[in-house]
Amino acid sequence: MSNAGLAQFQQVFIEESLEGLDTMESSLLALDEGGDGELVHTIFRAAHSIKGGAATFGFPEMASFTHEAESLLDEVRGGKRAIDKPIVELLLRSVDCLRGMFDRARAGQPLNDAVSDGVRGELAAMMGREAPAQAGPARRAGDQAEAWMIRFQPHAGMLAGGNDPLRLIRELAGLGELSIEADLSRLPSLDKLDPSECHLGWNIELKAPVKREDIAAVFDWVEGECELSIEPKPSTVVTPVAAAAPAPANIADAAAARGTREASAESSSVRVAIDKIDSMINLVGELVITQSMLDTFREDFDPARLPLLQQGLIQLARHARELQESVMGIRMLPIASVFNRFPRLVRDLSQKLGKQVKLELHGEQTELDKTVLEKIGDPMVHLVRNAIDHGLEMPDKRRAAGKHEMGTLKLDAFHRGGNIVVEVSDDGAGLNREAIVNKAIERGLIASGEGLSEEAVGELIFQPGFSTAAVTTDLSGRGVGMDVVRRNVSDLGGTVTIRSKPGQGSVFTITLPLTLAIIDGLTAAVGEERYIVPLVSIVESVQLKPEALKTVVGGGELFRFRGEYLPVLRLHELFGCDGAKRSIEEGLLIVVEGDGSRVGLFVDGLVGQQQAVVKSLEANYRRVQGVSGATILADGAVALIVDIAGLVRLHSRRKAA
Amino acid sequence: MNHPANPAAPETATAVQYLTVNLAHEEYAIDILAVREIRGWTPVTRIPQAPHYVLGVLNLRGAIVPVLDLRLRFGLAREEYTATTVTVIVTVAERLFGVIVDAVSDVLDVRPDQLRPVPDMGTTVDTEYLKGLTAIEDRMVLLLDVDKLLQPQDAQMLEAALPAANDVKAVA
Repeated sequence: MSNAGLAQFQQVFIEESLEGLDTMESSLLALDEGGDGELVHTIFRAAHSIKGGAATFGFPEMASFTHEAESLLDEVRGGKRAIDKPIVELLLRSVDCLRGMFDRARAGQPLNDAVSDGVRGELAAMMGREAPAQAGPARRAGDQAEAWMIRFQPHAGMLAGGNDPLRLIRELAGLGELSIEADLSRLPSLDKLDPSECHLGWNIELKAPVKREDIAAVFDWVEGECELSIEPKPSTVVTPVAAAAPAPANIADAAAARGTREASAESSSVRVAIDKIDSMINLVGELVITQSMLDTFREDFDPARLPLLQQGLIQLARHARELQESVMGIRMLPIASVFNRFPRLVRDLSQKLGKQVKLELHGEQTELDKTVLEKIGDPMVHLVRNAIDHGLEMPDKRRAAGKHEMGTLKLDAFHRGGNIVVEVSDDGAGLNREAIVNKAIERGLIASGEGLSEEAVGELIFQPGFSTAAVTTDLSGRGVGMDVVRRNVSDLGGTVTIRSKPGQGSVFTITLPLTLAIIDGLTAAVGEERYIVPLVSIVESVQLKPEALKTVVGGGELFRFRGEYLPVLRLHELFGCDGAKRSIEEGLLIVVEGDGSRVGLFVDGLVGQQQAVVKSLEANYRRVQGVSGATILADGAVALIVDIAGLVRLHSRRKAA
Repeated sequence: MNHPANPAAPETATAVQYLTVNLAHEEYAIDILAVREIRGWTPVTRIPQAPHYVLGVLNLRGAIVPVLDLRLRFGLAREEYTATTVTVIVTVAERLFGVIVDAVSDVLDVRPDQLRPVPDMGTTVDTEYLKGLTAIEDRMVLLLDVDKLLQPQDAQMLEAALPAANDVKAVA
């Protein structure tokens, strides 16, 4: 069908255009920092090809929008107009609008919306032409009204960012009387419901004579994590307006644009460097040759040719391994695609907070598995935001502390021992030990801060109790949502740690596995069953004498390991298997670490070490707690891969129950 | 979803093919479009926290596929598996799962007008897993609603989701 054909080209067009938009954005940011005139040409070319493509592939709205931006750029390029902050600002917002349009194009929704119409009007106005109805004055129109209509639609991942819609609504209620209507349209059916995602939206009517900024301020924290429109209730607008144009607050459009961009990050195709493909084709060729060589052994086998067979098998094994590496390599993409979103974020955020921030990016070419890459963005955004918000001080404070007014935020990615390490570091104030300890005591996480190492204090902010802390206290804010960051990262099989020096700044270090698809694991036997325990979470395995085991009231068991008492988790109990060894000296304790705590996993014994190709259980079944996936053993049987963090949670839940 | 067997659409008078299977001396039919393949019984890997009728998962050329015993699903006693015991791999909404039955028997053509609603028989089998019955000569065949077999998904899902939501509290 020709329609399907066009849709396929549209897909490619959209992906290329999104790259073009990224180019435009980064070039605009470079211009803003005093880049050379060549950048204007780059931006113009990108805009021009988007315009051309949009017209060809049936997106006239997009073509005409881009045309406005292109015309403005043309004037700059032709020297008729000098580039200045307002122009860069407007063009950046145009890029956001276009991103929004592409997302709507993907979702099959109408391309134009209030935001894009508004920006388009501004573009026209900038060029001195009569803008469409909603230009200029309309934007300022609703600055004060008797009542407001607020549409608030959090993105699915908003809770993961540590923000709670309920809190925002409560805060709104502080401004005046609310009448709220929940929008259930995005609520999935129960079987698809992920309780950690936000599915509801709200239409809120606020009856209070407040300013738009006051309302927008409530949503400051969720910028980029929701779609938001704040409009005066039509009959109550104080200033008479020509057109009751929807004039969403600034925060809303930028937020919406960036938010949708994150949502669209998980694209369905991947662009691969041609040399990667070439090397794979080579390998497949080699493999075919080896296979045909081995094929000659099928008929009339002569024992004299045994060495040749052995050689062939060795070759086969090598090709298989190389091919595996090569195929994995296709999924590996440079982390630059994640880093690239930060210049804009840092710019917007530092402007809003009145701080001066210099962003340094290192190791952008470090390659990461595509799946990891798509999921690491949100935790990083959170860390960056956190560093600017709470880590870096205001310019005057920095000057008083004898530092440069401009703070430095550094993002760094590099390899270390089979892992990828991503660091977010700032040269800000560092963790406020006292505030954190006080908060932790208040939350009941610790009894006192005495004798706590710096490391242990840093660890506290990752504790779940911290996430519910009121955002308002500035110092404790450092911990908001950190447990979610840790959880997101540990879902990827990685870890987060923090190092901090008072007055000198903090470093958040995320350590990630190279790929999610293959893990190293130990095969543990429990009765008739075999489970894979990921090697990364294993500390060591020990055999215990019965006297080393202490029981505590309530049925828990503890054992002494290098000076600390660790709980024993009996895998056969948690998973309900039969025929396992019951007495502690018969089996083996694997000391594992998950979610920041160590436990001893009791199994019958270890069978061996192997690489496991991770398969999803969810694809056909559902998530099973304590199990991160399945793999297929050499004999074709399925073995489950143990999720240590999940197991620890399962265990503590049983204990609590 | 193409479910031409929808009795509410009499204008599609074309017959739909069903695979019939035997279970506890009764004959059930599965929409043949949902059937992926039929395999002999092979041992499966047990999974924790599964409902009793989900025996475990098997490796279907690299895909991890849950397998349920239809007898257990219908609340019958488990029987020894014999040479005729088979696993019918079905696909519902792009998800694969295996259904263990006593034997496969036949392929039937059923026209929409041959479909009857299931009377409430008070039988062992809950009628909610049936979407109709049909009489072929003197045999009565019950049409299985495959979509509902891995159900009550909602209750299961809730059970799976709730502890996760409680985790935070339990750990804190």
